[in-house]
Amino acid sequence: MSEPLLDAQDLTVRHGQLVALHEVSLQVSAGEVFAVVGANGAGKSTLLRTLAGLHPTHGRIRFAGEDITRESAHARVRHGIAMVPEGRRLFRSLTLEENIRIGQVNARAGSWDVAACYDLFGWMHARRHERVSHLSGGEQQQVAIARALVANPRLLLLDEVSLGLAPVIVQQIYRVLPTLLEQGISMLLVEQDVSQALRVANRFQCLLEGRTTLQGTPEQYTVHDVEAAYFGFTAEDAS
Amino acid sequence: MNWINAIIQGLMLGGLFALFACGLSLLFGVLGIINLAHGDLAVLGAYVAVALLPSVHSNALWALLFVPPMFAIFGYGAQRTLLQRSMQSGPLTTLLVTFGLSVVLQNALQEGFSADSHSLSVGSLVTKAFHPASSISISYLRLGILVAAVIILVTVQLFLAGTSTGRQIRALSDDVEAASIVGINTRHVAGVAAAIAFATVAVAGLADGMYAQFAPTSGSQLLLFGFEAVIIGGLGSLWGTLLGGCVLGLAQTIGAQADPTIGVLVAHLVFLAILAVRPSGLMPATVEA
Repeated sequence: MSEPLLDAQDLTVRHGQLVALHEVSLQVSAGEVFAVVGANGAGKSTLLRTLAGLHPTHGRIRFAGEDITRESAHARVRHGIAMVPEGRRLFRSLTLEENIRIGQVNARAGSWDVAACYDLFGWMHARRHERVSHLSGGEQQQVAIARALVANPRLLLLDEVSLGLAPVIVQQIYRVLPTLLEQGISMLLVEQDVSQALRVANRFQCLLEGRTTLQGTPEQYTVHDVEAAYFGFTAEDAS
Repeated sequence: MNWINAIIQGLMLGGLFALFACGLSLLFGVLGIINLAHGDLAVLGAYVAVALLPSVHSNALWALLFVPPMFAIFGYGAQRTLLQRSMQSGPLTTLLVTFGLSVVLQNALQEGFSADSHSLSVGSLVTKAFHPASSISISYLRLGILVAAVIILVTVQLFLAGTSTGRQIRALSDDVEAASIVGINTRHVAGVAAAIAFATVAVAGLADGMYAQFAPTSGSQLLLFGFEAVIIGGLGSLWGTLLGGCVLGLAQTIGAQADPTIGVLVAHLVFLAILAVRPSGLMPATVEA
């Protein structure tokens, strides 16, 4: 069996006295969409931020066969990990195009560039010189995705891309994901919206209070099973 | 006509203040560092010229070739070591570290050069002036300092707006963590910003040394004017810094024209008035939420 693209083992992250992640392990294969679901405070975003290099961790992270546990966040971009952070985190003093171009500073070689992003999101070219603060939430989210794409990632980390957006905008954003998969980009997405996540994911993992409570394929489990793992119900609680 | 001359002198003095404030504004705008050693670094720049020029009569303009690059390297190193480490402990630590640096520099300069005043020689340039009207005198040196201030501020602004490194510096000033996840080596880029800030303060120190006498303890006064120019102009805005310097210079010379003993006081009062009426400055950085 070939080595997974991302192999994270026994990740433990502390915020002071609080253990935000407790020995969480996950593997993402090339060409896969992997979803991490869980309620607020379950540790989903901490997990993604740890994989992106923003939190020191106990445990081990291997990416494409290399140990990147001690690598800085900017070095991980060079390895092929790009992140679309929660809340977009665009640079307010930069224009739309500058925000995308900044994603190229430590990019791998590949086919994604600014022009390719304008092809993917047709509205962007005409508004490329606007400050991002003038864009709607959905438009800003697409800029954040474009900024990550121009790094030519092998793994895209998507943190709550649907948060605060109208359902129709969320659908627009999720429609882009198959295109990215076709281009060889694997995805690890974090979502509170379980049904949305399970619709697009090949496999998923449910977190509760920093621990893994369920993992597998969406077909393996009923909605009831996932909800029980999501909220921490036992079979008795549910009945 | 004397009032017109006062305005012209004020604008030229404003160029010197803007030069001082440029590095201060950049360090605060990009890295959030309030550098209390800024004035002492300017004085250090002048003393480095005193130490390295072959004689006290050597033209100090030559020092512009080697002191700013030396300070750029010093700034990069200081950011990667002293300032970076202090920033991780919070803004109060950075404030204390730069205050400590200020004390160390003043004492080291007093040990090395005594408490006596020095000045930098620029030959006959210090007295050369032209007179467009009978009561108007424009010193070539002062005009040169104003032109240098404008060129430096425009160059820094163009660098920030039009280059990849400039965009990275602006991104860093917006959001350090987001900058790191898009692949920016934030420590290196912060070092580059500090290098630019230190190089500009070296130019400011040399300009001040050519303009007036300086002593190891002169830095505090320079820091005060630098801060006032930054705050009048608006924090984080380089164009505002130029405007702030000019307002401060105008206030000082126009005040002195009314009464030679109150020029500096008028400048400080104008600063206080602007702070009260427009706390964000005349041209605050236009960052929108």
